[in-house]
Parts: sequence; structure tokens; C-alpha cells
Amino acid sequence: MTALTRRAVVATGLAAPFVARAETGPGVIVVGGGFGGASVARALRRYGENMDITLVEPNETFIACPFSNLVVAGVRTIDSQQFGYKQLVADGIRVIHAAVIGVDPTRRRVTLASGESRPYDRLILSPGIDIAWGALPGYDEAASTRMPHAWKAGAQTLLLRKQLEAMPDGGTVVMSVPPNPYRCPPGPYERASLIAWYLRGAKPKSKLIVLDSKDAFSKQKLFQAGWARMYPNILKWVSQSDGGTVTGVEPATLTFRTDFESYKADVANVIPPQKAGHIAAVAGVADKTGWCPVDPITFESRLIPGIHVIGDAAIAGAMPKSAFAANAQAKVCALAVARLLVGATPDEPRLINTCYSLVAQGYGISVGAVYRPVNGLLAEVPGSAGTSPLDAPDQFRYQEAQNADAWFDRITHEAFG
Amino acid sequence: MVRVLLNAPKQVPKGQPFNVKLLISHPMESGQRRDAMGMAIPRHIINQIVCKLDEEEVFRMNLFPAIAANPFLVFSATAEQSGTLTITFTDDNGVEQTETTPVEVV
Repeated sequence: MTALTRRAVVATGLAAPFVARAETGPGVIVVGGGFGGASVARALRRYGENMDITLVEPNETFIACPFSNLVVAGVRTIDSQQFGYKQLVADGIRVIHAAVIGVDPTRRRVTLASGESRPYDRLILSPGIDIAWGALPGYDEAASTRMPHAWKAGAQTLLLRKQLEAMPDGGTVVMSVPPNPYRCPPGPYERASLIAWYLRGAKPKSKLIVLDSKDAFSKQKLFQAGWARMYPNILKWVSQSDGGTVTGVEPATLTFRTDFESYKADVANVIPPQKAGHIAAVAGVADKTGWCPVDPITFESRLIPGIHVIGDAAIAGAMPKSAFAANAQAKVCALAVARLLVGATPDEPRLINTCYSLVAQGYGISVGAVYRPVNGLLAEVPGSAGTSPLDAPDQFRYQEAQNADAWFDRITHEAFG
Repeated sequence: MVRVLLNAPKQVPKGQPFNVKLLISHPMESGQRRDAMGMAIPRHIINQIVCKLDEEEVFRMNLFPAIAANPFLVFSATAEQSGTLTITFTDDNGVEQTETTPVEVV
């Protein structure tokens, strides 16, 4: 009888090699099934054929944040934001829908909510963000039912949409933006743009006030040029130096307080301060900032060996907290982990981030840069960064909006199949 | 003229400390930077802030180049009687600007 080559085994079906891997290869557990976690699990499969890969994620369906501002604006359904894990299972990744409640870095085991304990050789955490409840006085979980954050896509996104739909024409929408760092640096400004776009079409007597804790933000000139042209009587941005820093909120009255004024809203969207997802603190990889310091070559925690952190939860230097960055870090981390597991030294990586924002439907802008490790942090490669031109014709903005669509399809396909 | 936001309570209890908040829109150019041609950018900061309740000085602050652009200042004062709070600040060019707000002792 002819011995099967590895290639032949793979060709006969995915179930068989999966069993073989489970018995023999080193074990990697990935916690968190967002863009980072799903991407890293699939990349590990590519880099380590005999690796035993487990993805632990409580939810059976992932709801993507990129493009969720279009759901808020009413031009996209939440269904088109949803992704499952079938392809990961087909790839031979063990997917367990459970919460991780404990990590023992000494014995290298994680404990699931069921009480089950599973061993790992390497643990990769991609927990995304948690809202730092209470960091903004008055803003707790109960407040988010009246003043939605909609900064984790799902029920909150739909609640904000419902409130905007219910608001009478002539109403005032107020949005607050936290200080850095937070998930998706240009996200608040895309959301402001798309809410203003919705108001301009459906409720043109309404206003949107954006209260900002910052004076400068990503793609600022491009956003502001779009606002001046399309929403001059609707959108008002109040910068930090104009007194925009929100110091507290009152959910009962939908009021935002600054050091100098109070703003009463008909619809209130609080983008609150954030921190690394809960499991980062449980594992002990989050520092006093609430985020996770990592080595920029391997994304291994600087606090606990054997645990890697990618995506929004990681302190990635100049790299923003974005789905694209999480995906790029996932691929670098997967390769580094695959090499560490066979005793090889990981190569110094280059990482790319590209980020599209919509200023209106069919009006896109972008920023991109390349990053590399410098002095233990990821830094922008000089001369690598660029944004869309400020004086581009509408056709160019339209093309960038099309590119954004293509980007979304590509990255969700890469992460979830 | 620079834009100033000033917040002091309209009514204060007699003799009790109250907070005055000031947000001044100013570049606070430190004098340490150079422009694209390599020429030193001259220092241009607000160097002094004086707060009076009517004629009585209640707060004075000297500012230095290390203070960031758009300074946000909070200080406390007390009032024994109602009056006008006058805040005057002076920049390196000798330009003075004054903001006032009434304070009623209750």
C-alpha cells in the first residue's frame, strides 16, 4: 500500500489531519473571535500544519464595527455586519463558544466558564475593548440604555439608529469624543459625518454637536473640508480648546457637561473612555493604563511570558486600534508564534494599516502608513504615511468609497472565510 | 483678541472658596522651536494672569514657556462681598486682555 503524502492527506479532507494535529502538535489557544482573533487562528493554520489551534469566543456570531456607522445612518443592515465561524471549523480550528474566566500563566492553562481547563503552549489574547464604565462621571452601563455608545456593534448600534429615527426634525444630536487612545481613531468623525448626512436628508432642521476632548484628529482636514461643504448648517465640532471636553453626563436629562457649559440633547451618543477587554486584566497582561504592553516583534506580553496580545487591547505604539491593524498584527503574531514553537527567532516585521472613512454615502477618504519596531514600540516608517488628496474631484471620493467596500469584503473574508 | 472661556459661579457663599475656570485660546509659542527655514520662532506666550474682585487682587500667576498651548486654568478664591471678578492677562507683546463676570455673595 502506498504511504499517503501529507499533501494527499490534506486533499482527502480536513477532518482527518485535524485529528492528527490534535494528538501531536503544539497547542495554541486564541481568546477572542474578532478581526484579530479569527485572523490569527487562520494564519496559524497556514503557518503551522500540525499545530493544535483552539479559538475561544463566547458569541456564535461576530458583529463587525467597521461600516457599522452606515447602520447608524440607516443605509446598511446589521445583518451585513455579521459573521460566523464555520470556515474556521472547516479549516481545522477547534472553536469553543465559551467565556474564559481564568488564566494560569505558570501552568499554562486557561479555565472556561464551564470549569473546563485547557492547556496551551502559547496563548494569544485578542479581546478588543471594554467600556471603562464610570471613567466619564455619570456614564455607567445603565446610562448606555439612554445614551448609547454604539462603540461595540450590535444592540447598541440599533438603539442609536432607533433614537435617530424617532427624533423629530429640528432636534439636537450631541456626541462626545474621549481623549486618546480609543478604538478606531477616525471613527467618531465618520459617525458624525454619517449622522449629519442622515439628518441633512431626513431631518434638515436638526443639529449635530460634537464635543471633543481633542484639538486634532485623524484625517482632520479631509473631514472638515467635507463638513464645510456638505453640512455647514448641521454639524458643529467643538474642540478641546473651544471647551469641548465633556466632564460628565446626566442620563436622566440627556445632558452633557463641560467645564463651561451644559448641552441638552434629544439624541445623545457618548463615545466613552475604553480599556482592553476584560480577559486582559484577568490574565494580568494589562498595565495601569488599562491596555497591554507588548513586544512589537512577537506581540508577546511584556508582563507575562507565553501570552501574546493583538488588536485593540495591545499598546501598539503609533499603530491605531483598527480592524486592519488587528488583522496585520494577527499575521505577524501568528508567524512569530509558529517560529517560537519550533525554537526559531522571529523576524522583525513591517506592518501596514489602511483606514477608510466615509464623509457621506459614496464619499470616501483614507489614510495609510507602514510601521516597524523602533525602541520597543511600533513607529511609523518615515515618509510612509499618506492621506487622500485634499482637493480631489468627487469621482475620486466615490472611488475611495468603492475601495472601502472592497476592503471590507476582503478583510472579513480573510478573517472569517 | 484671543478667545477666552470663563466660568465662575454667579452666586457664592460669603467667605467660602469657589472655583474659577479659564480656557484661553493661545499658541503659547515657547521660543524653543525653529521654522522650516531653520529660523527661531520668537517666544509668544501669555506671561501673566491677574484676577481681581473689584479692586482687590485675589489671584496672580506667572506663566512660563513650558505651559502648553490653549492653557486651561482652575484656581480658587473667596469673596466677602459681591463685586465684579476681573481677569487680565498679558502676553509677550505687551497686549493686555480683560474678561469680567459678576459674583454675588449670598
